[in-house]
Amino acid sequence: MTVGFVMLCHTALDRAAQVARHWAVRGCPVVIHVDRRVKRRAYEGLVKALADLKNIRFSGRHSCEWGTWGIVAATQEAATIMLRDFPTVRHVYLASGSCLPLRPVEELIRYLDERPRVDFIESVTTEDVGWTVGGLDVERFTLRFPFSWRKNRRLFDGYVRLQRRLRYKRRVPIGLVPHLGSQWWCLTRQTLSAILENPEREEIDRYFRRVWIPDESYFQTLVRQVSAQVESRSLTLSKFDFQGKPHIFYDDHLQILRRSDCFVARKIWPHANRLYKTFLSDDAGGQAAAEPNPGKIDRLFARAVERRTKGRPGLYMQSRHPNEHWENGRTAAPYSVFEGFCDVFENFELWFGKATGTRVHGHLFAPERVEFAGGETVYNGALSDSAMMRDYSPKSFLTNLVWNTRGERQCFQFGPNDVQTLIWFMAADPNAQISVISGAWAIPLFRSNANFSDIRREAARLQKIEAEFLNVLRSPWVKARVRSWSLAEFVENPMEPLQTIVDEISPRSIRRLTEAPRLADLTGFGQFLQNLRNQGMQPTLMGDFPVTGDLQPPNSRRGRPYLVK
Amino acid sequence: MVDRTNVIGNDHILVFSTLRNERIRLPYFLRYYRDLGVNHFLIVDNDSDDGSREYLAEQPDVSLWTTPASYKRSRFGVDWLNWLQMKYGHGHWCLVVDPDEFFVYPFCDTRPLRALTDWLDASSIKSFSAMLLDMYPKGPFDAQPYAEGQDPFEVAPWFDSGNYTIQRNKKFGNLWIQGGPRARMFFTDLPERAPALNKIPLVKWDRDYAYVSSTHMLLPRGLNQTYDEWGGEKASGVLLHAKFLDTFARKAEEEMERRQHYANSHEYRAYRMAMAKEPDLWCKWSEKYINWRQLEILGLMSKGNWA
Repeated sequence: MTVGFVMLCHTALDRAAQVARHWAVRGCPVVIHVDRRVKRRAYEGLVKALADLKNIRFSGRHSCEWGTWGIVAATQEAATIMLRDFPTVRHVYLASGSCLPLRPVEELIRYLDERPRVDFIESVTTEDVGWTVGGLDVERFTLRFPFSWRKNRRLFDGYVRLQRRLRYKRRVPIGLVPHLGSQWWCLTRQTLSAILENPEREEIDRYFRRVWIPDESYFQTLVRQVSAQVESRSLTLSKFDFQGKPHIFYDDHLQILRRSDCFVARKIWPHANRLYKTFLSDDAGGQAAAEPNPGKIDRLFARAVERRTKGRPGLYMQSRHPNEHWENGRTAAPYSVFEGFCDVFENFELWFGKATGTRVHGHLFAPERVEFAGGETVYNGALSDSAMMRDYSPKSFLTNLVWNTRGERQCFQFGPNDVQTLIWFMAADPNAQISVISGAWAIPLFRSNANFSDIRREAARLQKIEAEFLNVLRSPWVKARVRSWSLAEFVENPMEPLQTIVDEISPRSIRRLTEAPRLADLTGFGQFLQNLRNQGMQPTLMGDFPVTGDLQPPNSRRGRPYLVK
Repeated sequence: MVDRTNVIGNDHILVFSTLRNERIRLPYFLRYYRDLGVNHFLIVDNDSDDGSREYLAEQPDVSLWTTPASYKRSRFGVDWLNWLQMKYGHGHWCLVVDPDEFFVYPFCDTRPLRALTDWLDASSIKSFSAMLLDMYPKGPFDAQPYAEGQDPFEVAPWFDSGNYTIQRNKKFGNLWIQGGPRARMFFTDLPERAPALNKIPLVKWDRDYAYVSSTHMLLPRGLNQTYDEWGGEKASGVLLHAKFLDTFARKAEEEMERRQHYANSHEYRAYRMAMAKEPDLWCKWSEKYINWRQLEILGLMSKGNWA
């Protein structure tokens, strides 16, 4: 017993001829259908090229516009010729002109011989398919489709909408349960002839003539009525992308195709010379008769579709420029923003970098220049430290920095003196961890040598900016991880907040913080705030500092590193 | 004029280019694109006097037009090429590149250009973007001279991987990309004047199409929609830009004298100022070019859903 191939061709006829010859000379009959829209010269060339082979037939030509009945009619006619002319054929394999056998024909024959009654056809009920493009599944069977989807998309869609509104429904013939599946099947003579010789075929055909994409439903539905054993999968490896168009195989897929152990693959790019040369030579097989296993190819194509639909989070580039809120990740990775910590602690950056193993920058948004860690003038990805370039597109600056340093968490200082353009962007970014000690900006003023009226003016300015930032951080739209303390609150117990932040950044470090950074000297700070008040300015963000008897952390002597536990 | 356009077949892929005095670059340029599978070159020579014209006239797959007219008044070459494309490009995949631009696309090391254009056809995509990536040597430009026929990226293999800014141009719907070493070195005080790097060089041409400004944007506007706005990535490539070779100083000098460039040759003026200081574009964060996969991982281009 052998297998016969029905080939549906419409382009790259030279490749189709090559494949047909490959099967025919190895004893498998081939019936070829060529789309009527192919020019006569090309068709005659194909017939001539295969004239020397006695087990090749050509069937009557139908016009095969995608989604229409022509493809089914062509298949029926070719299959009828196959069953009539080649009595030794037990399985009929439906292939296309851009299919390529990946394993020797003998292996396929042996595989089918071991399963003489099995019909290989993907056949799924309409409730269970998730892959129909355009959302038409059961409606393929119950609506009418007089307009071409390719040429008259608007009429097509409009007519579907109209029928839905009028609740129009065609009656599905009694006894038929609509099934869908891949067009490429391999059926036994018994099953196929039962379908083709069905006394009610005329009526059934009349119904399917008006079904949408009948090549994915005609045999898939009818096989359920006549087959003894349906194995619902296709022997042909064929993958579709998110627009419902088949993925194409090229020379560089050679290894992955080989390892798939599938019998036939489509579509092959007609110029994939190496694939055709390799798989149409006789020494192609040689491996154990394994079951087809297209898992690797599935993953490859699934990843491609995901890249097209979701993309890489946090990447902004020439072919990915998401609208706001559609970014699928505003930035590429988590990062930390610290406001006030540098003012409260001495050498905070150095200490924090050591404690967490992250990259700790200074004020990245400082007005004069970008304060990259270590005073670098150029940073990852060749980012410039020029404030003008940063401020030309601050969002690009931040997203670039986080993208360029993927794998290494970035931390930076922020404050009311910095450029504030990005506060909303960061607040709405789930990757941002924002920690604020409010009012800490007063410490540098307190220690400065400026005239008090200037200090007062500056304090009012900074307080206004920070209040605005805090306001944003309290908005219901915030997605960042936000923590804020007033200065008074923080100084009373600095270790607990620090430990929380560190734990969140590096959850796996079991080590507790043993060394705290050195606190700034705040002796007289309460009086300083009182002086501001006396001059008519109202410092509110730093919380309640007593005017005398300065606040200090418990159990510690000021100015000395201390231990916790 | 050397017109060999009669050998252009229906499905041929065409390169359009305009140039002036680029003789030393031509052999590698032609070879690079022939190897990708380009079938014919249509070139406008703007009054070369270094033998470029004679060299090109001898090539069997080149059609050549010569003009002594002003580059500036032809809107920097766009008008010439639009006319040629209208006449010869209709229905073809057309790649518009300068002699120092080298097109890199996903899988370009294993799949010829026709694989890409076939896939674009099957996906009903009419235009394909490839941003300009400035390549540079380590050290002064003239430290390692470029030899005729040589791969320019042996001399200038470095590039900036992650300092590009993107804005949407509302009028034409295209993206406006700036950055790279030129912005970093020559335009730190005037970032808005830094040259545009967005390009859409590969288009299934129709006689109703037109480039508006170089290959930065097209009409009708829909052709500029080469980016996804809902988080996904469309397929895209890169034009490796071999501008910064030892030939650069001479070129910048010459172009300044001719005053034929965009915005009163502001760009070339900036170069000349900087060139006086013997600039080194290289920094320790420069990336060394390996292949398209590297550019893809860095996020400069994308495979999209081509696999």
